[in-house]
Amino acid sequence: MSSQPKDILIHSSAQFGPTLIAGLREIWAHKFRSLLTMLGIILGVSSLVAMSALVKGMEKGAKEALIAVGGLDKVRVEPQELPVEQRHLQDQAVGITMNDVTVIQNGAPLITKVSPEMRVPVTASANGKTFRTFMCMGVWPVALEMMEHEIEHGRMFNEIDDEMARSVCVIGTATRNELWGSPEEVGKEIIPVGETIYLNGVPFTIIGMFKHYESEQERKTRELQAKQAANSPTNQLAQTGPQRNRGHSHGRGGWAFWIKNATIYMPLNTAYMKFRSGVSLTGFGPRSQPSSTPSGATGDPRLSSLELRIRNFDLLPEALQQVRNLLMSTHKGIEDFTFRTQEEWAEAINTFIRNARLSGSLIAGISLLVGGIGIMNIMLASISERVREIGIRKSVGASNGDIFFQILVESTVIAMLGGFLGLGTSFGLVKLISTISPTDNAPIVTATAMLIAFGFSVCVGILAGLLPALKASRLNPIQALRYE
Amino acid sequence: MALVELRNVSKIYRLGGEEIRALDNVSLDIEEGEFISIIGPSGSGKSTLMHILGCLDTPTSGTVCLDGIMIQDASQRELAAIRNRKIGFVFQFFNLLPKLNVLQNVELPMIYSGVSGGERRKRALAALEAVDMVNRARHRPSQLSGGQQQRVAIARALVNNPRILFADEPTGNLDSHTGEAILSLFRKLNEEGRTIVLVTHDPEIAAVTPRRIEIRDGRIASKIDLTLAGLARGSVPASPASPVS
Repeated sequence: MSSQPKDILIHSSAQFGPTLIAGLREIWAHKFRSLLTMLGIILGVSSLVAMSALVKGMEKGAKEALIAVGGLDKVRVEPQELPVEQRHLQDQAVGITMNDVTVIQNGAPLITKVSPEMRVPVTASANGKTFRTFMCMGVWPVALEMMEHEIEHGRMFNEIDDEMARSVCVIGTATRNELWGSPEEVGKEIIPVGETIYLNGVPFTIIGMFKHYESEQERKTRELQAKQAANSPTNQLAQTGPQRNRGHSHGRGGWAFWIKNATIYMPLNTAYMKFRSGVSLTGFGPRSQPSSTPSGATGDPRLSSLELRIRNFDLLPEALQQVRNLLMSTHKGIEDFTFRTQEEWAEAINTFIRNARLSGSLIAGISLLVGGIGIMNIMLASISERVREIGIRKSVGASNGDIFFQILVESTVIAMLGGFLGLGTSFGLVKLISTISPTDNAPIVTATAMLIAFGFSVCVGILAGLLPALKASRLNPIQALRYE
Repeated sequence: MALVELRNVSKIYRLGGEEIRALDNVSLDIEEGEFISIIGPSGSGKSTLMHILGCLDTPTSGTVCLDGIMIQDASQRELAAIRNRKIGFVFQFFNLLPKLNVLQNVELPMIYSGVSGGERRKRALAALEAVDMVNRARHRPSQLSGGQQQRVAIARALVNNPRILFADEPTGNLDSHTGEAILSLFRKLNEEGRTIVLVTHDPEIAAVTPRRIEIRDGRIASKIDLTLAGLARGSVPASPASPVS
């Protein structure tokens, strides 16, 4: 043995090029069969890409909505029911007051802004119509920035308006739509700045209106409609104002935008004076209500909530601790307040998206698996058809490894072609899904998703080829040559 | 040293509980440049002998030495390499791949020996030239006659310049006229120095070779040696056309 000239036995494997060409030739020779085989992979890949695009769209919509209500660096202090062990102190609880605002402003360096809110549920009436909103509140001018509001017409009230408790208010487009009609209803955009609005019968002057808030998708739809309307001469109405969607029927994101649009802001002092001080200013007019304050004539200085902005989101726990310490002292240790962070909502969104992604991946994964089984099945059938060919190849010097490689390349090429076609199909599928069920959020096809889906299809091809390749490589050349 | 040395080779198949001795203690030498035929009726064991000689199979016992390499110990991978570089096969049913054209069929062995594309083509055309089939290089096997297909198969067998050529009933599927042409091609190749082993059941075809070995029931039944060396019954091997390098 030791004297054997081993150099001849160092076998150089078949080159990749000819093997690949042979694989492609084999696939081309059975075009229809190959296409059917690829179908599973095509469906798997396209459903994977489409699913990921849908989830991505939802994610984007949710994030937009999150930004619309203020970023993650915002914390809301709300009153809460006392913990069980403090229930007996119920009547000592002071609630959130202006005192807290001052204390936080002076004593919590991690808080950059404090915006007190005094919510006044009102029935707004003007132009002969009424509209109930729970988004009417007295705030400081800082709320504009705090709540990510933008004034489009008129102005925001200022410190002097607040100081003097002027009866002025700033409204959102949803309020305008309810009372004066939306641009698409009346055919032009009404800007009710300077008009008088009755809030629970108290006359207010509208001094400003916020811009219309909407998701990117809504905006696109609206712009498209406006464009179409502009192109069609019969619909002159739509030209005068942008098409707007109130967004009632939309998902969570749309709802967030609608809430924001339904806001009515008045100066905090005004809210207190007109609705909470106990002095009834509402004793006249057809819509007068005896009192909207829970504590009647004694006055109610309690705020409905505080909005805090934190210096740095990373310091959220420390900032909360600071505020807690301060409030515990002003509230005499009674824990009648709680913190609301956007984190919870972000967490809920993330959970939802994770679930959607998981179930989508599962479906796509199963169809890829089925596709892989299809490939394996066809490869096995193809091998029993080609026993003689394998015998011939072995007789001219193909090693087991060469045959193994050849079959593996074939199944991988099938899967890759299927993957490519699937990527192409996914665009059509995404289009189809968005036409069938138009949602808030347009699906977003990402390169990452495509890459992952394609990678999976290649893996499936390799896995599906392993068993047939092993079977083919182990064929006995003598029996294979005799095979008819 | 002979090109092929078989020493006490046996091949035993087990079919159910029964033991079948396809080859029984066969010893045989094939010298470089010889033209030898192995004759025997079907079931005699001549195919088994050819498979072992051709490195498609390994013996149950005994030793096979081909060009200095001990076959009985070789791995599957090594056997494939030996088939690729040292052995050429010509079969009764030609065994060309129907999906490849003539040129691609002839290139096939070189794909497994790692010859580059240009070189492959050059050598394949040269091999086709040797069997006078260059003008059909782009044809499919199905477009050729049996004799033409067999010529292509011979070109494929020769393309890696093997040490030994095995032909298993090469004329079995051809009419007598075409068969005659193929046999004379073998004769010509032998005259050019090729070592050729012809396996057949037909004594008439075997008659073209100067040395004949008849196999019966797995044993060598008779030997006819019309070579000079054989006639002289000497131990000195016949001087081959191309000396062992």
